[in-house]
Amino acid sequence: MSLFLKLLFRNRLAGFGAVVLGVIVLLALLTPILPLHPPNETNTANRYLRPLSDGHLLGTDHLGRDLLSRLLWGTRLSLAVGFAAALIAGLAGAAIGVIAGYFGGRTDNVTMRGIDMLMAFPYILLALAIVAVLGPGLLNALIAVAVVNIPFFARNIRGVTVGIAHREFIDAARLAGMGHTRILLTEVVPNIVPVVVIAMSTTIGWMILETAGLSFLGLGSQPPQADLGSMLGEARSALITAPHTSIVPGVMILLIVMSVNLLGDGIRDALDPRLRSGALARPMAATRVERREVPAAQGEGFLRIDALETQFQVGRRIYKAVNKVSLDLQPGECLGLIGESGSGKSVTALSVMGLVASPPGVITGGAVRLEGKDLIGAPYELLRSLRGRKVAYIFQDPLSTLHPLYRIGDQLIEAIRVHEPVSHGEAHKRAVKLLEDVRIPNAAARVRAYPHELSGGMRQRVGIAMALANDPDIIIADEPTTALDVTVQAQILALLDELRQRRGLAILFITHDFGVVGQLCDRVAVMYGGRIVETGPTQDVLEGPAHPYTKRLIACVPELGGGRRILAAIPGLPPAVDQLPEGCAFAPRCDKAQDACRRGEIELKGETRKVRCLYPEVAP
Amino acid sequence: MTLALKTTDLAKTFDIGKRLIGPPRAQVHAVHPVSLDVQTGETLGIVGESGCGKSTLARMLVGLEPPTSGSIEIEGRALDRADPAAFGRLIQYVFQDPVSSLNPRKTIRQIMEVPLRLLHGMRGQALDDRIAELFEAVNLRPEFLTRYPHEFSGGQAQRIGIARALAASPRILILDEPVSALDVSVQAQVLNLLADLKAEFNLTYLFISHDLAVVEAVSDRIAVLYFGSVVETGPAEKVFAAPRHPYTRLLAESAPVVGRPLGGAQSGELPDPLNPPPGCAFAGRCPRASDLCRREVPALRKIEGDQFAACHHPLEP
Repeated sequence: MSLFLKLLFRNRLAGFGAVVLGVIVLLALLTPILPLHPPNETNTANRYLRPLSDGHLLGTDHLGRDLLSRLLWGTRLSLAVGFAAALIAGLAGAAIGVIAGYFGGRTDNVTMRGIDMLMAFPYILLALAIVAVLGPGLLNALIAVAVVNIPFFARNIRGVTVGIAHREFIDAARLAGMGHTRILLTEVVPNIVPVVVIAMSTTIGWMILETAGLSFLGLGSQPPQADLGSMLGEARSALITAPHTSIVPGVMILLIVMSVNLLGDGIRDALDPRLRSGALARPMAATRVERREVPAAQGEGFLRIDALETQFQVGRRIYKAVNKVSLDLQPGECLGLIGESGSGKSVTALSVMGLVASPPGVITGGAVRLEGKDLIGAPYELLRSLRGRKVAYIFQDPLSTLHPLYRIGDQLIEAIRVHEPVSHGEAHKRAVKLLEDVRIPNAAARVRAYPHELSGGMRQRVGIAMALANDPDIIIADEPTTALDVTVQAQILALLDELRQRRGLAILFITHDFGVVGQLCDRVAVMYGGRIVETGPTQDVLEGPAHPYTKRLIACVPELGGGRRILAAIPGLPPAVDQLPEGCAFAPRCDKAQDACRRGEIELKGETRKVRCLYPEVAP
Repeated sequence: MTLALKTTDLAKTFDIGKRLIGPPRAQVHAVHPVSLDVQTGETLGIVGESGCGKSTLARMLVGLEPPTSGSIEIEGRALDRADPAAFGRLIQYVFQDPVSSLNPRKTIRQIMEVPLRLLHGMRGQALDDRIAELFEAVNLRPEFLTRYPHEFSGGQAQRIGIARALAASPRILILDEPVSALDVSVQAQVLNLLADLKAEFNLTYLFISHDLAVVEAVSDRIAVLYFGSVVETGPAEKVFAAPRHPYTRLLAESAPVVGRPLGGAQSGELPDPLNPPPGCAFAGRCPRASDLCRREVPALRKIEGDQFAACHHPLEP
């Protein structure tokens, strides 16, 4: 709750709206005990008194009634009607939406077509029709406004419910013996309440306006009862001679609707989890760099990463995702970077081309040298010219990296033409050639396919083709086969290996799978808690792991052909990178850990094989 | 040994392009008639690639999806679909994604209480005792009960999911990819826990996964699914070591193994489910396919001992 308020008031306009609305609501609540003239007391001798007259702060109307009193009583009524209408529309709409979305099928179809029919009418016409049937009066106006707004809520809530009804916890509830009613009330409804609140907070303003509109037309509150709409309606005849009678209720409507909408937007922003995490904040074009010193190159290498440090700074917490990581990649080499989730392997890879989202990502140290030239902090134009041309990426999920609305051929052509000024026809020819290179059958026809028309394996081939589009020297492949089936994975790995040999590509291959590393990579680096704990030639590391973590992780992975058995496990959990222990990050889970392991900095030592351990399994 | 679970010609067909009135535009046979026997205390592994129908099969077994035809028997009695609670007391399900199978707006205690209250009518002290007992069985600390699902790591959340499934005191657990969302080091913890629980509570498991090595490590017997049909069944130590169906061999050879060279994988993809081929679904990718294969669907038949395969030209071991 305090987080909610903090987020709400971070938005200045929402805070302003909350204050204005608070004052108005307070005044409306206090109206009965304020020393005001009775709102319906006429005094024709004092018609159309100007504001600031004696005894009448805002003047009087055409019957000599006190405008201030009528304004406050009218505001009270309009607010009450607006809130009530929003509540009724929200509850009724949500009930319809939840039922339609949860049961789906025919129930959904019939209900939603009914709602569509309601939406087909211009809503003011519909409201007029309802009032015409029920007869004029404030209560009927309220009903009309509520009914007119039900479709908005119903559609909105139905959409959210459909998403929730297919979540696994609903299935779990069903298996636990819950009936439909109980599931709806205890599982679905708590999850849609925020959406209902958001929708209501953004529509109350509308409802107040609509009620005022009906009253203005004489269909809402009946004389002498005052609400903001009827006050405007009565003042219309004296618009020129006594403008203050219109301006006073007009300004109040403006204030109410504006403050409600500002507050509503603020509430929506504060409650929406996506906005809360800051994900919708537009990331910068390249990762932010805050580097004090540039480390010297520690050796040769086509691509050299030296003591790279990348952090995520979220509020007061600092997540050290990548902590002094050094790697090098030679032309034509395949380096495997292996680790569990949260070990920092993907962030290392994204840091190379400044692709870590900022905020919250910050590169706080280290250097990335491509052919000797440092890329960290390089101008965006330089990075952009290198991205895709020198260093290309392949990501895990090809469905989310390809644009769903463009043909794959057009996306390939765009990738080619970004870096090379070739004609469209020429680019098209190259796109077909690329698809043939990645062994997509019938490439000339598949160029015109949309991503959803291809299988997962074919889409990943397109992803590889796109990475190859500008003949890069280095490919960074971030778990490219994790989302694929095992037979398709074998095809993709074979393709990558073949491309590497044919084109002399260097590959940085990120994975969590030792089998894949063993088949594809020349060298391997193992990451844990944001650091490299061991590196060396693949065969040596897999056959004789030196770091206890590597050894035990390999033992955890069952290998095909071993038959039924008890698997080795590592107790405990990987460390959270915002509270890394001193010394070795693996020490709390390691059965060989000594006191020395929990103190100070442990170096990565060795020549071709390096290990960050005081008591390695084998001498490096 | 007694039979814990038996399915007879269990099949599922989905309608594509439903209309308000009239027949649907097309039908997809997600699961072709499947007959399986599972002995009490056995772990039957079910492997297959995405789209092979393994999850649909599992959802039918626990009653989340009504079968189009066929029947399910548990311990000799045909299951009555009218009473979902009766289902729940016999057979339970552990979901693939541990976090999304827990309602984010409920505490762990609230989640754990539901099956105990609704399926076993427990209240008060008995309820608290049973929850404590279950939490101890899955090695979770009791103070976790007051927390919300988002506070847990994947491995912990999966233990909670397992504890919830056990709360129903079922005879059979369907484990649908229970470890594929977990990291390797945590995966082994959960698999070993499952093995301990099975011995402790005398359970029968159906273990569904796409990871061949994991399935082989935990199963007594394995059924291989391809395009909605069982193409091979046999003891775990034989199915991948000496496959009889060419598809099983393709699977076994595709699994990444340290030291095995790359490049043994043929191309080829699943047939279009809206337009299935007339004969064996694997014929298009199979090096041994003959005209017979393209014409007639092979039935699952005994090849040797306890190995069964649905193939006109089974492999020699």
